[in-house]
Amino acid sequence: MSACAKEPGRSAVVAYTKRAWIVLWKDFLIERRAKEHANALLFFCLLLLFLFQFALGPDRERLATAVPGLLWLGFILAGLLGLGRSFLGERDNDCWEGLRLTPGDKSAIYLGKLAGNCVLMTAVEIILVVLFGVFYNIDLWTPAAPLALVLALGTIGLAAVGTLFAAMTTQVRARELLFPVLLLPVQVPVLLATVSATQALLLGQPLADVAHWLKLLAGADLVYVTIGILTFEFVLEG
Amino acid sequence: MTRALGWLAVLGLVVGLGAGFGYAPREAVQGNVQRIMYLHVPAVLTAYLAFGLVLAGSIGYLATRRPSWDRLAAAAGELGVLFTGLTIVSGSIWGKPTWGTWWTWDARLTSTAVLFMVYVGYLLLRSLIEDPDARARYAAVVGILGAVNIPIVHFSVKWWRALHQPSTILGPERSPIDPAIGLALFVNWVAFTLLFAYFLARRMEIARLEEQT
Amino acid sequence: MIAARELRKTYGSNRVIDGVSFELGPGQCLALLGPNGAGKTTLLRILATLLRPTTGSLSIGGADALREPERARALVGMVAHGSYVYEDLTARENLRFWETMRGGDTAPGRLAAALAQVELDGVADERVRTFSAGMKRRLGLARVLLGQARLLLLDEPFTGLDRRGRKWVNEFLLGFKAAGGAAVLATHSFGGGLGVADRVAILGSGRLLMDRPASDLAPEELHRLYESLTEGAEQ
Repeated sequence: MSACAKEPGRSAVVAYTKRAWIVLWKDFLIERRAKEHANALLFFCLLLLFLFQFALGPDRERLATAVPGLLWLGFILAGLLGLGRSFLGERDNDCWEGLRLTPGDKSAIYLGKLAGNCVLMTAVEIILVVLFGVFYNIDLWTPAAPLALVLALGTIGLAAVGTLFAAMTTQVRARELLFPVLLLPVQVPVLLATVSATQALLLGQPLADVAHWLKLLAGADLVYVTIGILTFEFVLEG
Repeated sequence: MTRALGWLAVLGLVVGLGAGFGYAPREAVQGNVQRIMYLHVPAVLTAYLAFGLVLAGSIGYLATRRPSWDRLAAAAGELGVLFTGLTIVSGSIWGKPTWGTWWTWDARLTSTAVLFMVYVGYLLLRSLIEDPDARARYAAVVGILGAVNIPIVHFSVKWWRALHQPSTILGPERSPIDPAIGLALFVNWVAFTLLFAYFLARRMEIARLEEQT
Repeated sequence: MIAARELRKTYGSNRVIDGVSFELGPGQCLALLGPNGAGKTTLLRILATLLRPTTGSLSIGGADALREPERARALVGMVAHGSYVYEDLTARENLRFWETMRGGDTAPGRLAAALAQVELDGVADERVRTFSAGMKRRLGLARVLLGQARLLLLDEPFTGLDRRGRKWVNEFLLGFKAAGGAAVLATHSFGGGLGVADRVAILGSGRLLMDRPASDLAPEELHRLYESLTEGAEQ
């Protein structure tokens, strides 16, 4: 093999990164060809828009005040659908087993999947935000930058735990029920933080006012991703 | 040994409840209903103890793969859900005459409810997996995440409440505690902990015997 | 290459593998025969370090497979029912993925060479979804070749293959052995594999009922032995 022996630590990091990257690459290729997730989720977002409007009635004011919550509700619903399926592709042809046999730190697989899920969720978010802005006539452009930060932090929190639990529930009975039941209670802090922060931002408050929420989110994200990295190999084994 | 623990727990409970309902003074503002605190507070403390043990058992199993750690986590999880349920119910009963409603989204009650849901999910996960090794591993991951999440939930709910309502005076933790109340509380807490330990030991024993058949 | 001692695997009270011991040297091929449910797949998975035995010891290529599974895994290539292929990727992309996951070198030349060796170079850029069972299995073999496996574990490699396919696998295995590799073939059919096997073992209800050099046995004799041994062992 190649003469990387000079810096064994460095080449291990390179190999790890390559593995995470190739998992992302694979999922992206498969998604692009099979188009399973993207189209369905896009349509789902559109449906949600109508659903919320019908549920809350024609009163513009009521809808406007509910927007932060609805945005994240819609987002979480889409997340439940999209994230839960993260590892379904690995069920065919025993690829799950194949992954178990790969050498090295398995958490690279987790990070690759996490990255893929973050990209997917971000796409869903952008679509929802645009749809909300257009259909509900809400100004989401002015606070766009700080809002993007909140969205990013919330996405990581949701995806970090979602990816881990998705791996777990892929092999369990009643997967479609268990996944939300496990994920939602754990996501309560993320939901509270993101909705509160979004609400403040939409009311025109400066970013500094929601700094404590952002710190909470950042801290939570760090914790969730770390636990994901540390425990993924135990989940993969099954 | 377990037997002695059981009797000790019963004794503790008798003394504790006697202290709470007889010996301790009637609270000025809330009246006799406040006495339910002697159940409510020890219950939540015991629940936290239980979930701490779930965390310990989860980490223990992942580190050593010995089934005894998993049995600890499972038993503690069940008891934790039980005591959390007790906390919520007693908190609700306390709340009805005090605030006029069975449920309020105050910080502590909400946090406890979230805790309840996390660990009910934990038990649900356990019930759906047959392979003991996979069950132990997956439960351990959820157990660890759930426990580590507790402070995060606590802060997020607290700040969320602060947005919607200035903090209401919840109870004795605001005013200086009458030493008699404090003592009664302490005795009940010890009694609950003993009771918990007894149930835990029993439950783990049953699990061990079940595994052998 | 393999040294297995008193391997046991129990699920509750069910003894799937009940005291299996054998050795296999490099350049040798062991054919593992047995009816369905005899435990062949379980044994293979133990050899692949996918399953931990309840008791017993296993060494692969000199490494203790139970204490250092990673070292053992580096030498082992498994081609099982699933054959670990992603249907929506092309053959070449599949190889690239698995070899990267292994931490190996994915230079285009290497991938092309492996594909050529299993005669899939013509369809290298076709999606695996369009492949036949035999082609998927060949892709699996390309994967283990690329991974420079020294021990091949094949679970029912001949199922779903026509005569030509079976011949191909046999020739492949001969070449693999000649290069110094060892192989364990699990199968319940006599159709293939016996030509290439150096030793034949029969697994019945978790135990090795027989383990003899293939040259000792004429096919009819083997058939007879198989019938009589598995009849007694089957519940």
